[in-house]
Formats: sequence, structure tokens, C-alpha cells
Amino acid sequence: MDIDLDPIEQLDAPIYHRYHATSSRAITPFLHAMKRGELLGHLSTATGKVLFPPLGACPESGQATHMPVILSDSGTVLGFTTVHLPIPGSKLVPPFTVANILLDGADQACGHLISECEINAVAIGMRVTAVWRAKEIWNNSLENIEYFRPIAEPLVDIDELQKQCLIKANHRKKSAQGDQDA
Amino acid sequence: MTEPRENLLEADFELGFTYTRSPGVIIGKFLAALQQQQIYGIRANDGTVLFPPTEYDPRTAESLHDFVPLTDLGRLLYWTWIDQPRDHHQISQPFAFAMIQLDGADVPFLHRMFADSAEHLSVGMAVKVQWAEQRRGAITDIHGFVTAEGEQS
Repeated sequence: MDIDLDPIEQLDAPIYHRYHATSSRAITPFLHAMKRGELLGHLSTATGKVLFPPLGACPESGQATHMPVILSDSGTVLGFTTVHLPIPGSKLVPPFTVANILLDGADQACGHLISECEINAVAIGMRVTAVWRAKEIWNNSLENIEYFRPIAEPLVDIDELQKQCLIKANHRKKSAQGDQDA
Repeated sequence: MTEPRENLLEADFELGFTYTRSPGVIIGKFLAALQQQQIYGIRANDGTVLFPPTEYDPRTAESLHDFVPLTDLGRLLYWTWIDQPRDHHQISQPFAFAMIQLDGADVPFLHRMFADSAEHLSVGMAVKVQWAEQRRGAITDIHGFVTAEGEQS
């Protein structure tokens, strides 16, 4: 027999995972530095690259990283995405632009928001600087930077930038290994 | 540069996957009936009655359509007693996760069984549906099962 009822067409089936997270010993100094308004990266002595945010291990060599490096809050856009659809649970109102930003002195890009410019004006190689929230509300998070805004500097050739980064990293690697040999 | 333990930071956070699902016509009708406190199984190609209904025959994969009305009575086959329910069980009293076979169905299914204690449960005991007060067309419209021992069936 059939059931003479209109079928239920949709049902909610959410899954929630509740975590209690403890910061690792590697990322804890980074989080404390954020509260002071400092961007703390780690130098990988195996590759000479400066990693930000520091996760405690170098992704290339797998070696633990310890050496702190304070980074500039300006950098270069390596890539970006403009989001036009709302993300459930997100505070962000579309359209907004998320960029991979290579901070000056770092060898690893970090993701953050771009604002104070037209969405169509965002470009690869654009120079940007951090816009910080009020100091009174700083906490242990990268959210102390509200977003990055463009600065009036010419576009950077990112292939050339990455080449220069690699040369500098090699110098740092050699001097770090020299220190170990001495 | 090792951070002293007392400087480590802690925080709670919740990761949510807010899925909605489309159950399809067969399951959709089954759920619509549950909302009306009506219980249906479905007849498989070998004549056995499946509860809850499936859209396809588990052996031949052919589409199934022949709903079979069932009552709110069944038998308790086996169970695991949950003495200390946790938050995600959404029930504060001890209960059992139980395999229950509805009268007229040929296979058991998993649901909640309520009793004062585990000692009140026995293999093969008669049980009946306890309906949820607010029904929205979901398997949880059946809140759980309670004993039907000593009742006429």
C-alpha cells in the first residue's frame, strides 16, 4: 500500500564537535606576542626560511623550530579570493576578499582579509599593511589585525620577490649552520 | 625557548556541520506518517517486512513501494544500558540503546529503551512506543520505548 501523505522533504541533520583546545608550546609564544601587538615567526635553521604563523615544525625539513623572529606588519599579496556568498556562522558580510599575504621578512604566506579598497582593485603583488584593532581589546589572536589595507607603493613582481626570499633564506641557512659548526 | 606550562593557553570551541538532508519520497512518507503517530514498514521482494523502511531492497537493490502498517508494539531483543548519559545523549536519566523488533516486522532496529533500571529489562519483553510530545517528521518523533508487559496486546 501507499502512504497518502506529503513526504517530508528536508530534515536538519547537524553534527557538532565540541573541543577544548590547549595551545602547543610552539604556538603559545606566537599567541602571547599577538597580545603585545607583535608578529612572531620562527626561523627554520634547516632551510633558513622564516615561518609565520609558527606551528613548531618546518614543513620542508620536518625539523622542530625554536628561533623567534619578529616580523613587519606590512607585506605583499601573493594571491586572493573574493567571496560573494555568505558563509554560515561567519561574521563576515560578502563581498569580501581573503588574501595570501607574504609579510616582509617571512617566507610563508598567511591568510587574512583585505579592505579599504575596491574589490576589483585587489591585485597580485599589491603592497598592504595591517590595520590593528584598538589596543584595549587585543587578545591572543591574529584577529587583533582587523584587516590589511593597500599602501601607496608600486606592484611587486612576486616571482622576483620569491626568488629574492630564497636567496636570503639560503644566506640565513648557511649562517645558522655555521653557528652550529662553530 | 620552551614555554612554561602555566603560560599555555586554553579555549573551548565548537565545530559545526549544519547539514540538511533530503530523505527522498519513501523515507519522506515514512517520516510524514511518524509525525501523525502512524508507523509503517516496507515489504521487501522476498516478502519480509523491513522497519524502518528502505528505499531499495537490501538484497536485490530493486525499488520498494509496498508500505505495511505496523502497530506501536514490539519486542526487546538486546540492549546496552547507559548508566551515566552524557550531554550528546540529550537525556539525563539512565536508559538503554536497544534493538527492538516491532510486531509484524522481520528485522530489529536501534532505538532508546526507558526503564527504572537495567534489572527491569529482559530478552523478549513486550515494549511499546513512547511518542515525542512535539513531532517534526523525524525518527526522534518516536521518543523511545517503554515496557508493555502486563498489557493486552
